[in-house]
Amino acid sequence: MIGKSAKSSMVNGLLMLLLLALASPGYSELVIRVTKGNDQPTKIAVAPIAMGGVQAKEDISAIVEADLRRSGLFETIERRDMLAFPSRATDVYYRDWRLLGAEYLVAGNMQRIADGRYQVEFSLLNVSGQKTVLTHKVSGTLSQMRDLAHLISDKIYEEITGIRGAFSTRLAYVTATRINDKYTYRLNVADADGAREKLVLESREPIMSPAWSGDGKELAYVSFETGRPAIFRQNLVSAQRQQLTNFSGLNGAPSWSPDGKQMALVLSKDGNPEIYLLDLQSKQFSRLTRHFAIDTEPTWMPDGKHLLFTSDRGGTPQIYKLNIATKATERLTFSGNYNARPSLAPDGRTLAMVHRQSDTFHIASFDLKTGRMIELTETRLDESPTVAPNGAMLMYATKQGDRGVLAAVSLDAGVRYVLPSSRGDVREPAWSPFLR
Amino acid sequence: MKVSFIKSGLSALLLAALLTGCSSNPVEEQQTSTDIEDTSVQTGQVDTSAIDESTVETVTADTVFYFDFDKALLKPESRAALLEHAASLQSNPRNVRLEGHADERGTREYNMALGERRANAVKEFMVLQGVSPGLIEVISYGEERAAAYGSNDDAWALNRRVELK
Repeated sequence: MIGKSAKSSMVNGLLMLLLLALASPGYSELVIRVTKGNDQPTKIAVAPIAMGGVQAKEDISAIVEADLRRSGLFETIERRDMLAFPSRATDVYYRDWRLLGAEYLVAGNMQRIADGRYQVEFSLLNVSGQKTVLTHKVSGTLSQMRDLAHLISDKIYEEITGIRGAFSTRLAYVTATRINDKYTYRLNVADADGAREKLVLESREPIMSPAWSGDGKELAYVSFETGRPAIFRQNLVSAQRQQLTNFSGLNGAPSWSPDGKQMALVLSKDGNPEIYLLDLQSKQFSRLTRHFAIDTEPTWMPDGKHLLFTSDRGGTPQIYKLNIATKATERLTFSGNYNARPSLAPDGRTLAMVHRQSDTFHIASFDLKTGRMIELTETRLDESPTVAPNGAMLMYATKQGDRGVLAAVSLDAGVRYVLPSSRGDVREPAWSPFLR
Repeated sequence: MKVSFIKSGLSALLLAALLTGCSSNPVEEQQTSTDIEDTSVQTGQVDTSAIDESTVETVTADTVFYFDFDKALLKPESRAALLEHAASLQSNPRNVRLEGHADERGTREYNMALGERRANAVKEFMVLQGVSPGLIEVISYGEERAAAYGSNDDAWALNRRVELK
């Protein structure tokens, strides 16, 4: 039965891709709004890559430009303002680019290297220094042009900022559509820019709480398909899946341990919601919390020895830290009467959460060292923060009118954008780890 | 869920069939008392030995109970209907399902817990009235199944609820 539904979801995935290809207006409509006025974005020109007669459906240079702009750290120079389209470092007249105010220039060319494989060689040039700072080659098939573009973006971003690029990562998220009071829930995976959406699971019953495995090959999630909530894990390549829990009451909030061997989750089989650990090898459950309050939304600290979770044991939902070995708990947040759904940045220090401020729900960041809380978002029903693996941006769910959409904000709140969405209510984004 | 839903659907069907001899709509549970008087007239044409007053009463009481934000305390206005359901379940035991819900504010997994807490509050009340706990199944949908749409106080108030099914 599991095999059958996996198969049908793959078929659906194919159908969906086709539909998207037909209906999608393209991702150039991405709305990017830089909100912090004193930002000094780096000016960069990405010259169109010389295609050498290769017919590709994707405009690699345009994808690179969009990636860099979306990071908020770059301003790109319009193609129509460019005086020339150099395809290699030796073709560049630096003066042309200085006139346009470009600090950096990307020049590249494509060539066919073997049957079905194509290579892009690109250079990153420092305009004022008049020198090449990076030359790199990436290759792939014609169907991998978006992957190549995101790889190029990663290299450029890292070279200039010193921070590893996260353009080649993915997002998992849930959509819900309602037609005549009948719901369809879908779990999808797409590129970090929202493109190439693929269906992972479709159900008439709710799907919730997608969580990536540390290696980026699997998702855990909650599905109500059996009539009650249960936790599943699913391999994204083979679509094979396995039901992990089937207790009465809540089966929720799965979170993989950094080493991938355990899963923290929530069960209420003993009367009220408690955090448990599931050993994925032995299938043994061990209970970590013991309190009559709500304990939920566990997330791992990078050391694999502590969890952060939400509890209302103090009267309102707040973030707590749990030592797995000693089971000792410590309250971390005190500012505000609703702090929930912790999501830790890879630095192990910056904690994103849902924070209620005078009846609106924002995403806030909380510095575990200094205790400083900063509100990152301005809309009023923001939830489900998930931090990119490089710690530069976080994605969250919010509302535009009555519709759920995904939005992103940088951890310094300087840049913000809304992801274009195909249809329905979009919610519960989960940012993948680095995938290569 | 399917099984119990089908069961309660069936019992409603059976009841409706007995009462009217023809209707097959489980939504009959929502009928007003005047309708039930009308239909009970028709029941005279069939064997009515299985029908008593309390059975008829279960179809009239409210089946949705509302809560305050981030709270799982029963409201005084829910009492009368819950007492009626409790009495009916004791005299006429059947499996029921309590579905707990939350409004869209706050986080989804926390709202799952909140929905369960609300459904448990209703269950505890009924068990205190003498209903066998084994008859009551509790499930939370958190904020995943809104009853009213829109992001405003009115919609939120309608969504913070427990439904007896």
